[in-house]
Amino acid sequence: MHVLSVSTDSRFSHKIWQAEELSKMVPGGVQWPMLSDAGGRIGRIYGVYDEQAGVDIRGRFLIDPDGVIQAMEVMTPSVGRNINELLRQVKAFQHVRETGEVMPAGWEPGKPTLKPSPNLVGKVWEVWKPEGIS
Amino acid sequence: MTDESVSCTQPARGPLAGLSDAPVPITDSTGSEEEIRMMARVGQPAPDFEATAFVDGGFKNVKLSDFSGHWVLLCFYPGDFTFV
Repeated sequence: MHVLSVSTDSRFSHKIWQAEELSKMVPGGVQWPMLSDAGGRIGRIYGVYDEQAGVDIRGRFLIDPDGVIQAMEVMTPSVGRNINELLRQVKAFQHVRETGEVMPAGWEPGKPTLKPSPNLVGKVWEVWKPEGIS
Repeated sequence: MTDESVSCTQPARGPLAGLSDAPVPITDSTGSEEEIRMMARVGQPAPDFEATAFVDGGFKNVKLSDFSGHWVLLCFYPGDFTFV
């Protein structure tokens, strides 16, 4: 898994942010490439560029080894991300790719998966029940 | 591979042809900015792009297609030194 972070800040800003702040939050600083979307072209293509503010809002895209977008999440700036939900999705999509099995709602790593087949139609209730819904 | 010729400004480039089969907008001869449409859709190829980046202590250009064959998490955020 490669991470690429993108903002409209210059690469010079990224360098100083790493030196002054990130390296004090994460030992050694972040290891992934920090991209500069100066001009906002990448953000426009991905639908996350705020024309009035001139910045890319919070959005993340999970891209598989074939270069296909498997998942995306876009949020306004005031709420941060949930890394656990992201990791759940990464594990789920990687499992789908490796096995062809699919994940029911609320799936967590280690929980049962579903094998799509004609025999499963109408029988999902036998192998999976929703949790936390009363 | 670090780019030692550091210019003051370097706008990001995209969409690039290659990884995506989506049509690539063409800048007209007047040089005016063409409209850039959102092209990202789940289940569709991720539009390729190129941008300058800070990585491994230096500056270099990075393309999304450099990571073909690997899972990629592409994260946008509003700005360095913000609060969330």
